Amino acid sequence: MKVLVAVKRVLDHNVKVRVKSDHSDVDLTNIKMALNPFCEIAVEEAVRLKEAGIATEVVVMSIGPKAVQEQIRTALALGADRGIQIETDTMPESLSVAKLIAKVVEDERPSLIILGKQAIDSDNNQTGQMLAALTGMGQGTFASDVEIQDNEALVTREVDGGLQTVALRLPAIVTSDLRLNEPRYASLPNIMKAKKKPLDVKSAAELGIELRAHTELLKVEPPAERQGGIKVASVEELVDKLKNEAKVI
Amino acid sequence: MAILIIAEHDNSTLKPATLHAVSAAALIGDDLEILVAGESCQSVAEQASKVAGISKVYLADDTAYGHQLAENVAPLVAELGKNFSHILAPSTTTGKNLMPRVAALLDVGLQSDVIAVEGADTFKRPIYAGNAIATVRSLDEIKLLTVRTTAFDAAAAEGGSASTETLTELYDSGLSRFISEEVAKSDRPELTSAPVVVSGGRGMGNGENFALIERLADKLGAAVGASRAAVDAGFVPNDMQVGQTGKIVAPDLYIAVGISGAIQHLAGMKDSKVIVAINKDEEAPIFQVADYGLVADLFEAVPALESKL
Ligand SMILES: Cc1cc2nc3c(=O)[nH]c(=O)nc-3n(C[C@H](O)[C@H](O)[C@H](O)COP(=O)(O)OP(=O)(O)OC[C@H]3O[C@@H](n4cnc5c(N)ncnc54)[C@H](O)[C@@H]3O)c2cc1C
Ligand SMILES: Nc1ncnc2c1ncn2[C@@H]1O[C@H](COP(=O)(O)O)[C@@H](O)[C@H]1O
Repeated sequence: MKVLVAVKRVLDHNVKVRVKSDHSDVDLTNIKMALNPFCEIAVEEAVRLKEAGIATEVVVMSIGPKAVQEQIRTALALGADRGIQIETDTMPESLSVAKLIAKVVEDERPSLIILGKQAIDSDNNQTGQMLAALTGMGQGTFASDVEIQDNEALVTREVDGGLQTVALRLPAIVTSDLRLNEPRYASLPNIMKAKKKPLDVKSAAELGIELRAHTELLKVEPPAERQGGIKVASVEELVDKLKNEAKVI
Repeated sequence: MAILIIAEHDNSTLKPATLHAVSAAALIGDDLEILVAGESCQSVAEQASKVAGISKVYLADDTAYGHQLAENVAPLVAELGKNFSHILAPSTTTGKNLMPRVAALLDVGLQSDVIAVEGADTFKRPIYAGNAIATVRSLDEIKLLTVRTTAFDAAAAEGGSASTETLTELYDSGLSRFISEEVAKSDRPELTSAPVVVSGGRGMGNGENFALIERLADKLGAAVGASRAAVDAGFVPNDMQVGQTGKIVAPDLYIAVGISGAIQHLAGMKDSKVIVAINKDEEAPIFQVADYGLVADLFEAVPALESKL
């Protein structure tokens, strides 16, 4: 069984976000970039399926400018077997990303495709579901557990009310939530080995997918600043403030 | 053209999240219709027909829709939605699961987690865990949105008298099956709509100690939340997580106990009206957003607070 994982290059989650002074976008110049945390979990899950003898090959793909090869190499160091970069000038929107992944799915015919549930830059939480629609597959979103049984994936999903388990006919799409697993650290020998693993580069145009804009970004602003408040000295003072100043209790 | 709102429900009651989506829709236009898709959900359709401002309710009632499987509901919404200018759903896990699938079927984009309506095609939404707010314009003929419920007041649940149309075309994809559900049961108010929320973090030390939080919450009629660290450590179940990747809350009063205030946690609660932080580390970042900060050991402060209420 072949597993395909789609990963996104995003800013490191520890970095403080700054909005450009002209409010055109977030400022990403000289900012530390990393593998989207949810994608790291997606890669880990695929690698574990391989270690368990369920998956035979783990292919990792990323869409974007040349720099995304760095994140593909990270995924290869975590244990993926080979990489595919779909080269685009800028990061496409979710629907375009889904269309490009769908094209790779058509060529590669994986039995399971794992994505992150959300990219921590756009916070879109869309691509996996869109891909599932385009490929006509079932979707196990926000997964905290995945088991492969016979020709199905049993996926436990983190939903608002608790947990829900669904069975999906394979091939299927899974999007990872935070508790699916705890990703390993890449060892130095594996980082070295990853440099020699195959990485195919294709352009979006080569795949014959037209990238249409569905959204225009008009403005990016910093959020309303919250005024820091005061420190109270005691529980009594806190109760007094809540009752008489804030009037919330 | 009319606006379609996807009802959130459990086959017996219409969830308040729907009413918040109705308010968001009312800022876009005034011809509002609701789709209720589910199983044996006639009573939900009746409740939806009474919501103020709704002119029509579509009811799709079949086993295939009983558990809101996106594989079955999305084609239904996409087919019906073709005739609407906008399709809105609350940005709950159900809405987030469904709407992107609908968008792809209609070959349109989707604006996730909308927090403000600036015009019929222009919306505001948080990006980068709420550290930036984007104003976006949707370029598609049919505009799809999921809306953050805390950003819009609830529409009145009574006052309307919409007609109901039953949809008979069935979409059963056979791609997925519902197996089971573990739903946390609690007598406390629902986290995302409670006026007061008390949350505990890693500082609670273990799951048993969460009883301190629960007692305080019960005194205040509050819901109980948690940081991701508390959930990951197994103190409490995942549905209590507040934050970028958990639930978004904006109560009148949010009390953070033993929570450091990581940006991912702040993303889920910093729109609360009044924030109280109880933490023994006076440098904890949570104090930068707290209206009232108490530097104290929570094991003393929380029982003391409870006894003084
Ligand atoms: C992609 C991503 C998504 C994430 N999403 C979320 C999310 O949705 N929600 C979320 O919460 N986090 C999220 N996180 C995790 C987040 O970065 C933090 O790790 C987490 O919020 C920390 O939880 P905490 O404050 O409980 O724990 P800590 O940071 O460990 O803080 C514990 C606090 O308790 C205090 N304390 C300890 N003992 C006591 C005592 N006896 N009395 C008083 N105070 C005490 C300490 O001083 C400390 O400040 C996410 C992280 C990533 C990478
Ligand atoms: N440019 C990209 N290249 C590869 N995968 C992507 C890209 N953008 C998004 N994805 C995948 O889609 C997931 C969800 O992203 P989003 O829908 O944008 O929040 C990510 O975690 C990735 O798995």
